[in-house]
Amino acid sequence: MERVMMKGNEALAEGAIRAGCRFFFGYPITPQNEIPEYMARRMPEVNGVFLQAESEVSAINMIYGAGGAGGRALTSSSSPGISLKQEGISYLAGAQVPCVIVNVARGGPGLGGLGPSQSDYFQATKGGGHGDYHLIVYAPGTAQEMVDLIGLAFDKAEEYRNPVMILSDAIMGQMMEPVVLPEMREVTADQPWATTGKKGRAKPNVINSLGIVGEDLERINIELQEKYKKIVDNEIRYEADGIDDADLIVVAYGTTSRVARSALNMLRAEGKKVGLLRPITLWPFPKPILSELAAEGKRFLVVEMSVGQLVEDVILAVNDRAKVDFFGKLNGSVPTVREVYNEINALLQKGGA
Amino acid sequence: MQKVFGYPRALTSKRTHYCPGCTHGIVHRLVAEAIDDLGIQEQTIGIAPVGCAVLAYEYFDVDFQEAAHGRAPAVATGIKRVHPDAVVFSYQGDGDLASIGTAEIVHAAARGENITVIFINNTVYGMTGGQMAPTTLPGQKTTTSPYGRDTTKVGFPIRVSEMLATLDGPSYIERVSVHDPKHIIKAGRAIRKAFEMQIAGKGFSLVEVLSTCPTNWGLTPIKALERLKEQMIPYYPLGVFRSPEEVAEE
Amino acid sequence: MTYEIICAGFGGQGVMLIGELLAYGGMLEGKNVTWFPSYGPEMRGGTANCSVVISDQPVGSPIVSEPDGLIAMNGPSLEKFKATVKPGGAIVYNASMIETASEMPGLKMLPVPSNEIASELGNNKVANMVALGAFIGLTKVITLSSAVKALEHVLPARHHKLIPLNVAALEKGLALVK
Repeated sequence: MERVMMKGNEALAEGAIRAGCRFFFGYPITPQNEIPEYMARRMPEVNGVFLQAESEVSAINMIYGAGGAGGRALTSSSSPGISLKQEGISYLAGAQVPCVIVNVARGGPGLGGLGPSQSDYFQATKGGGHGDYHLIVYAPGTAQEMVDLIGLAFDKAEEYRNPVMILSDAIMGQMMEPVVLPEMREVTADQPWATTGKKGRAKPNVINSLGIVGEDLERINIELQEKYKKIVDNEIRYEADGIDDADLIVVAYGTTSRVARSALNMLRAEGKKVGLLRPITLWPFPKPILSELAAEGKRFLVVEMSVGQLVEDVILAVNDRAKVDFFGKLNGSVPTVREVYNEINALLQKGGA
Repeated sequence: MQKVFGYPRALTSKRTHYCPGCTHGIVHRLVAEAIDDLGIQEQTIGIAPVGCAVLAYEYFDVDFQEAAHGRAPAVATGIKRVHPDAVVFSYQGDGDLASIGTAEIVHAAARGENITVIFINNTVYGMTGGQMAPTTLPGQKTTTSPYGRDTTKVGFPIRVSEMLATLDGPSYIERVSVHDPKHIIKAGRAIRKAFEMQIAGKGFSLVEVLSTCPTNWGLTPIKALERLKEQMIPYYPLGVFRSPEEVAEE
Repeated sequence: MTYEIICAGFGGQGVMLIGELLAYGGMLEGKNVTWFPSYGPEMRGGTANCSVVISDQPVGSPIVSEPDGLIAMNGPSLEKFKATVKPGGAIVYNASMIETASEMPGLKMLPVPSNEIASELGNNKVANMVALGAFIGLTKVITLSSAVKALEHVLPARHHKLIPLNVAALEKGLALVK
């Protein structure tokens, strides 16, 4: 299989095309511009649609239209732009419209900075918009996973009729790494529930999140929650590296998981018993494995580029059965391998819980 | 016996929630008749707004998407790009289109997006209970302009058709009224023409329909029709602001 | 084995490109590699740098903070990064722009008059290739032929006519080590 060097953002864009995505709507914002620029070049070659919308708000509503019409639709943005999309994302979740939304996250709050950040974890995994809903959230850890997970994202979005988010960051987007690209998949926009024109159907298809009459809204929410339970039962993904004999397990995703891996390699070379648990789905969160590891007496260190968001889910998962420490960096700043190495060493020397 | 009047096929039999004397029902019927006449029911996709027409998907017997407030032209764009052969229309009120949704309507028009927009201008927010709209006339009393719209403080109404007609994208823009049978027939022709423009691939078409809101205007249905004729039309003149002929010449 | 490199210089000196060639060359040799650019306020006029990791193992952090090798194309870059190089590591620096550099104990340091050599070849722009050739000669992190093959992948097609010139510059740099 031929390997090619690609930037994370471009790998993701090509991965989407190979997965049959033919509709891209977006708006410029750093550090995700490689994605719309790539799509602007590439979509015409595959008879696809690239459209630069007038705003993030319009872009997400174009996605609502295109996804509701049965097309494989993608939008990408970065943190402030993702905030603008939240109303639309809530509608997409409520109306059960499949689509994929990419957040190449940068530091906030407000206009923030251009540096990488993981401070949109809460927004991605715990709503962001209004109402009781969830996105499936994937956190790629390599350029190859950008390709693989965006393909999976489109499949899962359609399988569950649910919006899916890829949570990346400035480093994952800008880093170049070898990837193996999959074959091009042909996908048609003929979902039985989609708006296509009735075309002889007895009843019109309606894409809608309004539940204004009587118990409609309760029924809609019960249906959504049943779906979310299925997703929790079936879609958790994580990578475990060296956790069996580990006393201390680092929990990290995306960029920080890579920094942690480098630090852990150094420590293991010194004979330290340390491992890595890398959530690949941030929602559904890999709670069962963490719960199990906590019961076995492991302790945890969460490494994040935020003041502590992922760590809350880890604490909830271990539920007081294990000690959870936290090492975070504020927006725009990336922990160095040495810092993480020192942090783990210090914890190991302090001993058990 | 020859049938001279019937119920449009493109409407469901569901009874509407609109108030007595409201002209939404008339406009729904005109849209449905245009769909019937053109034989496009099986390929039409509508977009409902947020506002009184939020439940339009219950009344039209065609595929529908319900959009967030003001975003219908963006939703229509997404649908049309997936199904270029479908006939896609949005149905929007003045709060939806001319206030919160100005970016979406202006840019859909500027792109010449090949969709049709039915724009209901009744100078007031209906569903939320009669607040001031971007189209509320100077001096008009609403629940949020209780002393009358003071243009020195809140500015002037927006004439949407004239504004959009300054753009190169649209193919057809006309303002019509439904205050009497003659004008209703004219409005029906305009709506049909707007769909024809889309089917012919000419690009963006919009019909602004001057309408009544007896409930929030505090008038009887008949008085409301009189107000439309006597107060709205002088401010919002009827006519074609962008025509197919103009487009054909370009 | 994991080998970590920083390539640094002024914007416009082509340090991103030589980093890409190292990464691509490593990939062609079957290694795991990453390339990561450092932009931001330094994108124009100031110093720019990129991190390259070449490894037999899956690569962890793509951001190099303690490099095994450094290519410094100007004074500020050498000053900024020389103290971060690991003991036993290697520094190739552009002697055309850096008159004197103090010896770093435990490091191999190689001054390369990159701009002069490039000018002799008729194009000042390939100074970066001269430095890369010398770096490959000094560290053997990838082979010359991998770097040459990488050029075909990394350079856009419209610049392929310049490949012979770039190869000549790489060879001149490499020859400095022998």
